[in-house]
Amino acid sequence: MKTFKLMGHEIIEKIKEREIKIEEIIQLYLERIEKTDKLLHSYTHLSKESALEKARSFDRALNEGKSIGKLYGSPLSIKGCICVKDSPTTCGSKILEGYRPPYNATVLERLVEKEGAICIGRTNMDEFAMGGSTENSCYGPTKNPWDLECVPGGSSGGSGACIAAGQSIFALGSDTGGSVRSPAAYCGIVGLKPTYGRVSRYGLVSYANSLEQIGPMARCVRDCALLLEIMAGYDELDSTTVNEKVDAYTESLNNSIENKVLGVPKEFFGEGINNEVKDSVNKSIDILQGLGAKTIEVSFPHLEYTIPTYYLIAMSEASSNLARFDGLRYGKMSENLTGDVFEVFSRTRGEKFGAEVRRRIMLGSYALSAGYYDMFYIKALKVRTLIKNDFQEAYKKCDAIVCPTMPTTAFKIGELVDDPLQMYMMDVLTCPVNLAGLTALSIPCGFDGNGLPIGFQIIGNYFDEKGILNIGYLLEQELQIYKKIAPLNEGN
Amino acid sequence: MPNNDGVMIGLEIHTQLTALKSKLFCSCSSDYRGSAPNTFTCPTCLGLPGAMPVINKKAIEFATRLALALKCDINERFFFFRKNYYYPDLPRGFQITMYNKAGGKAFADGGIVPIRIKDKVKEIKLNRIHLEEDPGRLVHEGSISKSPYTRVDYNRSGTTLIEIVSEPDMSSPEEAREFLKQLLAIIQYTGICDTNLEGAFRVDANISVKGYERSEVKNINSIKEVESALAYEEKRQKLAIKEGRELIQETRHWDGQKTIGLRNKEFEADYKYFPEQDLVPIEIDKSYIEKVEKELPEMPKERKERYQKKYQLSEFDSEVLVLDKTIADFFEEGIKSEKTFGPQEYKLYCNWLMNDISGWLNDNNKRINETNLKPKQVVELIRSIKEGKITGKIAKTFVGEMMKGTAISEIIKKSGKEAISDITVLEDICKQVIEENPKIVEDCRKKPKAKQGLVGKVMAKTKGQADPKITREILDKLLKELGIN
Ligand SMILES: [Zn+2]
Repeated sequence: MKTFKLMGHEIIEKIKEREIKIEEIIQLYLERIEKTDKLLHSYTHLSKESALEKARSFDRALNEGKSIGKLYGSPLSIKGCICVKDSPTTCGSKILEGYRPPYNATVLERLVEKEGAICIGRTNMDEFAMGGSTENSCYGPTKNPWDLECVPGGSSGGSGACIAAGQSIFALGSDTGGSVRSPAAYCGIVGLKPTYGRVSRYGLVSYANSLEQIGPMARCVRDCALLLEIMAGYDELDSTTVNEKVDAYTESLNNSIENKVLGVPKEFFGEGINNEVKDSVNKSIDILQGLGAKTIEVSFPHLEYTIPTYYLIAMSEASSNLARFDGLRYGKMSENLTGDVFEVFSRTRGEKFGAEVRRRIMLGSYALSAGYYDMFYIKALKVRTLIKNDFQEAYKKCDAIVCPTMPTTAFKIGELVDDPLQMYMMDVLTCPVNLAGLTALSIPCGFDGNGLPIGFQIIGNYFDEKGILNIGYLLEQELQIYKKIAPLNEGN
Repeated sequence: MPNNDGVMIGLEIHTQLTALKSKLFCSCSSDYRGSAPNTFTCPTCLGLPGAMPVINKKAIEFATRLALALKCDINERFFFFRKNYYYPDLPRGFQITMYNKAGGKAFADGGIVPIRIKDKVKEIKLNRIHLEEDPGRLVHEGSISKSPYTRVDYNRSGTTLIEIVSEPDMSSPEEAREFLKQLLAIIQYTGICDTNLEGAFRVDANISVKGYERSEVKNINSIKEVESALAYEEKRQKLAIKEGRELIQETRHWDGQKTIGLRNKEFEADYKYFPEQDLVPIEIDKSYIEKVEKELPEMPKERKERYQKKYQLSEFDSEVLVLDKTIADFFEEGIKSEKTFGPQEYKLYCNWLMNDISGWLNDNNKRINETNLKPKQVVELIRSIKEGKITGKIAKTFVGEMMKGTAISEIIKKSGKEAISDITVLEDICKQVIEENPKIVEDCRKKPKAKQGLVGKVMAKTKGQADPKITREILDKLLKELGIN
């Protein structure tokens, strides 16, 4: 049975009805990974034994009529920067080699411990989530299932690729400047970046803590909604989570969007945005109009400042967030222990961090230095406020904003590695959402001439995950392309 | 010309909130003293990747209490900062603290600590108070230089400190000492910190001669040592000025004898302060402050005034008595238990605490609640003296035994030093003394004061056990029989 062609909620139904055993499901996905991951390299670590063992115990529990939670033992793949108790959590970095956290991230407690998902493995990522292509991993790059010569996007590239290639049902990514939406767009799957404070960050290894959120990734909107329903909500371990009611996202997917107003920001369709991408996104906007939505033009006068603002803030925070990695308490220290403790710290960090991480730590430290702080960091915070205001102006006139997720489709592996600025520009349409702390959904809306997926982005106001999932779901049902799977799958 | 002219001293005190059950940002116990290394830790205070801080609301309440006691202005809204630096005891690579620059605010600004110097009251102004977390501890075997290893114990990591920064208002090491005494008393009375615990407070002392660069002596942990270090620095700086040597702004270390200049890296350090965004800004409204104020325990000043009024103790006695809360509490428990006591006994009780008992505590480096002495025992002691069971002089020799908790009646019995108050026994002794000292008896005819000489002889003969009052009465009677009035 080609279960990997089924959606998550469909498989859950089959398990619920006892048409299929959880052990069979886990076994099928592990076999699928076995067959395909040599090509893709979505995973850095697999937990075959514990996953199968858990599946068997769930099957027994179901036979005994016990409840095992809403996710019924579905396989879940988790990005390498989200803490899973006793499982390698290495952030794609040599400095965390061998590190197994003694605790679970809050999202794990909810999805796995409470609602019965089964963690089957850890997915590849750009080191410490710094990158948009999953090329900056100490384990080597992940490949795009639609074209093995292309990147899967990033930094949650492993999570994107594993879903697109049918190597898992559900995946978690983290989105600091687009890291869930970029791989969702490039791999032709659905990815959601929640409102800042909607999902607990407790257990997410920080890259830029004022920007990031953990987000669900899956084949379809309903599956993402299902995960979000469980993950979202106040957590006493993360004081930045907001004590706001969590909507029943899966129950409002079919709501009518008649008379909903969609804002179309002209700047998001400007120079540097690939024409095929623009055309495909515009076609989807037409479909939404056909469903009764209205569109209006909205404006983002400060869009051109978002990249420098985003990188200044992200790098400044990173320089401090990554200070704890010295090899003393966990992870790996340099083999060469000569000199005093500070020399050993420096050597360890110099040896174990990759080039991109070192670059961002240095730039961030510089921006926070005495004398430069006001000029860089404080100024960036001011622009951040302007960008927030641009969005709030827009939301006075519309219910959601629609635009492309990425300026282009997936580029070739190695194509941008020597051009960090060009690489940073790829975040131009996603990082404004993080700066403003809003929520956004990326769903596949078409393919370019080379058969590479194109992502459609719906940006919602604070805590309006319900609204964007609703719009995304209706569009997805019209397009019917979410059922299409990467050609990699066809041979199986 | 006083030689303290032109000296400016400012102090920074870090005091642990030892009364807090848990750490500042996690639920680990903060009562780490005496526990096995690294057993009071969790992902948050170990700074494990992904773990986040959550503010301990009780710490905010304690800081509010202290700010109220010190009459500071509490800020309505503030947030925490990260102070970035590398050190093995700092598991995140930054300390979460407060900062009153870069858009930040202290927990509270200003404040006043009144001190008494040569019978004059002087008000030492405070600049601000801050909340912050304490790092872990480096552990060595023996001395740092000879230890074969350095180990890190993170039990202390994340416990709560309050930093109190004074203005440079003190003009002598003695004033600094008095300031610290009063400040620590206030802290103790707020109930947020047991200032007597080892390491419960640390002081950085800034000192300069007006017009010259200042030095900062770091990390001193007793009032006595602060005074000595400042006295040394004052002398050193004045000598340098006299000899025309240049003074530089520097950090110095006090080794118990002298201060030593440290490499001047300290002042070049750039801590790259910026907001800690894993914590949300904290807002403190008026009604919260009012609530804490209502529950604020009695402060040393109020207690002093109460003692003057209620127990008719002198201002001086009350002030000294209330300075150590444990002693003042002991006093109050004692005298409350004895209904027959009046002002005279209160004064006696106070004297016993301030003189003999405090003396013993000092000599033995102990605190009153670390001994077995019970407030009732002191009551018993005073009653025994009043009832003539023992003499005051002999009672003084009982202090050591009392500290073990032995009942007074038992000490008296064991010592065999019950006061001799049997009139027939005393009369015999007095008669002997009169016979043996005809010269003093003759003196008594001229000046009545000479009678004291005979009392002394009786005391000597009885090794101090004669009841002085009865002895005097008997001597009066016998001398009268000899025609001496
Ligand atoms: Zn802890």
